[in-house]
Amino acid sequence: MNWDLIWSSFGPLITGAVTGTIPLTLASFAFGLVLALVVALMRLSPNWLLSGIGRFYVSVIRGTPLLVQLFVIFFGLPSIGIRLDPWPSAIIAFSLNVGGYAAEIIRAAILSVPKGQWEAGHTIGMSRPQTLVRIILPQAARVSVPPLSNTFISLVKDTSLASLILVTELFRNAQQIAAFSQEFMALYLQAALVYWVICLVLSTAQSAVEKRLDRYVAH
Amino acid sequence: MSPTNESIPEPGVTSVLQARNLAKAFGSNVVLRDIDIDIRRGQVVALIGPSGSGKTTVLRSLNGLEIPDGGTVTFGDSDTAGGLSIDFGAKVGKKEIAALRDRSAMVFQHYNLFPHMTVLKNIIEGPVQVQKRPKAEAIAEAERLLERVGLADKRDAYPFELSGGQQQRVGIVRALALKPQLLLFDEPTSALDPELVGDVLGVIKELAEEGWTMVIVTHELAFAQHVADEVIFMDGGVVVERGPAAEVLRAPTQERTKLFVKRLQHDV
Repeated sequence: MNWDLIWSSFGPLITGAVTGTIPLTLASFAFGLVLALVVALMRLSPNWLLSGIGRFYVSVIRGTPLLVQLFVIFFGLPSIGIRLDPWPSAIIAFSLNVGGYAAEIIRAAILSVPKGQWEAGHTIGMSRPQTLVRIILPQAARVSVPPLSNTFISLVKDTSLASLILVTELFRNAQQIAAFSQEFMALYLQAALVYWVICLVLSTAQSAVEKRLDRYVAH
Repeated sequence: MSPTNESIPEPGVTSVLQARNLAKAFGSNVVLRDIDIDIRRGQVVALIGPSGSGKTTVLRSLNGLEIPDGGTVTFGDSDTAGGLSIDFGAKVGKKEIAALRDRSAMVFQHYNLFPHMTVLKNIIEGPVQVQKRPKAEAIAEAERLLERVGLADKRDAYPFELSGGQQQRVGIVRALALKPQLLLFDEPTSALDPELVGDVLGVIKELAEEGWTMVIVTHELAFAQHVADEVIFMDGGVVVERGPAAEVLRAPTQERTKLFVKRLQHDV
């Protein structure tokens, strides 16, 4: 084992995490959540066309592999004249993916808020959108934090797929060092370790957020 | 805590609300048929009847939480400013429903407080967010009302920290803070433990004495007799009997009313 090489490899791996994995995750999750809220509201809409489009979208995203979605956008779109760089391709693919999964979470969370809360909002004079934003979504947020955290943590690890479309991130750096040093076992375990540490931090953050949102619930 | 209009006319003079021929059906199940209600300023009307009689549907129709299939609701004098007339037989728009809700406020059986807001926020949400009143003024008003129902120290508590009776008193204050022309109560004590019922009924009784106009759906017949000016007994979606509280509850003329009153008294 080349301990010097192993030790000095943490630098590029952490750099890959900080400049690749983490921003890719944050951007995709942010866009994905906005998309998910829109799709969730479409699915809850009484308009059959809107809810149909929402259902179709969720079905396609959940019914096809993320790697295939990524390849369609990066390698497929150029053949119809749309050429995207690796980064935008990755962010679009991951956002669309998160949007599909999180839409179902948000939809279920909205439905979990009792009907009486809508009525209470209406009786103090609020419109439907106003009730949704001020009364329903804050309560739905509490319900959706645990499942959304799952989606978020999965996304951190899924971004390693972006290495296949040439995005410089944690795993791609690990692959490159491994290829030239032939220390495959060491480098891939090191990469695993860095992902694990990121996810440990996220789990702690999740507990803090849950605790904060639980302040108005009986224990 | 008295109604907004300073010069309260004699009760029984000014009409607050007139409902005519309210009708509603869910599929083939007729829940309301030809319901007429007149409410004058300062009057307390109690709606009683067995479950499924349609009394809650009538109440919810007055707040636009149910939309009747037919009939009209008129608030005040529809020709003057502040008057409102809605024909449910025609298409009813969002604006009309909003105008309806602007004039009445509902107190729910299960309180329906907003669990993510403190007591104070629950109360000022409508005045500040919907009615656009200055926040400082809304807070002062909320504190005054909380004081009146004995909950001044619960201002910053969350609903889950309160007993059912306390939550319902906050529910009543939330409705009062909107300064509605008409207060609607949907079985306000039915979800409460028996020892907490008295507190809530006490508050409602005080509101009646202060001249608030109210419609109360209730199973508390003794309370209805004590507080209500008029009692309306409903069964099967129609009004079976109506009149002064003492008459309807003590000497009902209709068989169905007699049976209902007798059965509830047996429960006691």
